Amino acid sequence: MNLLAALPHPVFAGFTGAFEFIFSKQESSVTGGKKVGGFEQVLELAWTQIYVSLLALALALVIAVPIGLYFGHRGAGELLAVGIGNAGRAVPELALIALIAAIIGVGIPVLTLALAVLGIPPILTNTFVGVRQADRSAVTAARGVGMTEFEILRKVELPMAVPGIMTGVRGSTVNIVATATIAPLVGVATLGEFILGENVYGTNGVLAGAICTAILALLFEFALAGLQRQLTSKGLRLQAQ
Amino acid sequence: MNSALIAPLAAVGEVGENFFHKRTGETLPCQAHPNHLFCWDWATENIHRYGTPTLQQFELTVISVLIGFALAFVLALLAHRFHLLQWPLLAGTGILFAIPSIAFFMLLLPITGRGRETAIIALSAYTLQIIYRNVMQGLANVPESAKQAARGMGLTDRQILWKVELPLAIPEIVGGLRIATVSTVAIATLAVLAHAGGLGTQIYSEANLTFPTAIIIAGAIAMAMALAFDAVFLTVQRLATPWRRVEAEAEGA
Repeated sequence: MNLLAALPHPVFAGFTGAFEFIFSKQESSVTGGKKVGGFEQVLELAWTQIYVSLLALALALVIAVPIGLYFGHRGAGELLAVGIGNAGRAVPELALIALIAAIIGVGIPVLTLALAVLGIPPILTNTFVGVRQADRSAVTAARGVGMTEFEILRKVELPMAVPGIMTGVRGSTVNIVATATIAPLVGVATLGEFILGENVYGTNGVLAGAICTAILALLFEFALAGLQRQLTSKGLRLQAQ
Repeated sequence: MNSALIAPLAAVGEVGENFFHKRTGETLPCQAHPNHLFCWDWATENIHRYGTPTLQQFELTVISVLIGFALAFVLALLAHRFHLLQWPLLAGTGILFAIPSIAFFMLLLPITGRGRETAIIALSAYTLQIIYRNVMQGLANVPESAKQAARGMGLTDRQILWKVELPLAIPEIVGGLRIATVSTVAIATLAVLAHAGGLGTQIYSEANLTFPTAIIIAGAIAMAMALAFDAVFLTVQRLATPWRRVEAEAEGA
């Protein structure tokens, strides 16, 4: 930390307080002497954010992938599948979360459901497009060697749609993790707690929350990029080269 | 107020409780009927409140997308010319894309403080990847035969880029602008946290967070604005690529 403070530029000085907040507890003017911040609290809030994000992502996957695969395989419902993707992008996250808190209530189940709703459109649309763009001659060949429709879907179309599905998953994840940051509005304390609670955690807390949120989002992004490489079949990778 | 709301919020701790008290600090006419999902009387009386925020949201979106487009377009042309830049630019814009906008706003606090500039920087950084990717995709999709024909007619590299490749890439480029603009309208709602105004001001306030009518109106305006942008870009796409219509007609005939 001293290293950062030694830097002459005032911008770096602005960040030192935030790093101190992350690593050691501090006095807060609001909590009546109870200390806030510190690595323990950061980890706890980060874990909540990871947990709800993964839960929502899993829920979105379970719903969106089968629907996308089914319609892609049938070659039907293109307008609907693409329309859902477009409409999903237009949903203002802040309004959705605030509305849910105001009319349904608060808590992790409600939040997970809301995040899953945000995560479904990109996965559904990209799965659909991924299946549609699968090499049609490969599908015809599979039918020719006597595969059933389900086998075609599972052994030919699904592997070919994986890059598309993963593109959708990455888009969803960016959105889910970002929206999980405003989860304190529905009573779930994620890293956004620091960002939205300036009166409790101070400017250092806000900045610390932002740093941790950004790191968390990038970890998700890198993990999924790696996973995408792992899941893409060897044939497709060779084709791309 | 709704007692189901109080218990879980209190369980969050001091901050949760604090939040709750802040949220119910003010009384609005319609709060006499907390079960009403939408109060038309309040809406008709208060619709004027949404004028300025709507305009701010529109400005934030347009300025951010314009800056994002200018930057991403130049980056894409550079990457098109110098292939070595392709991977670093894709990764770099990807990182900017993945950082949640709220975090981005706050990371800029020590540098630009709160305000419109902060929101615009974060929002345009978010659009870079979407537009960059689409421009690159559009350029990659240009048929080799078209480029060879142009070269055969004696066009220089620069002429090929501006007269053949970019016009043929218009559908993907406009597609990128479409996605970027629609997403930015939605995300600009969060600009309230950077003190940059916008429709979020009508959601994230002490009185409105527990008042569905105010949230629904703000959300609906944002969605309508996003869909209007979507329609405009679709029209532009159609007008800018007349050969597509000719092709479609030829296929139909």
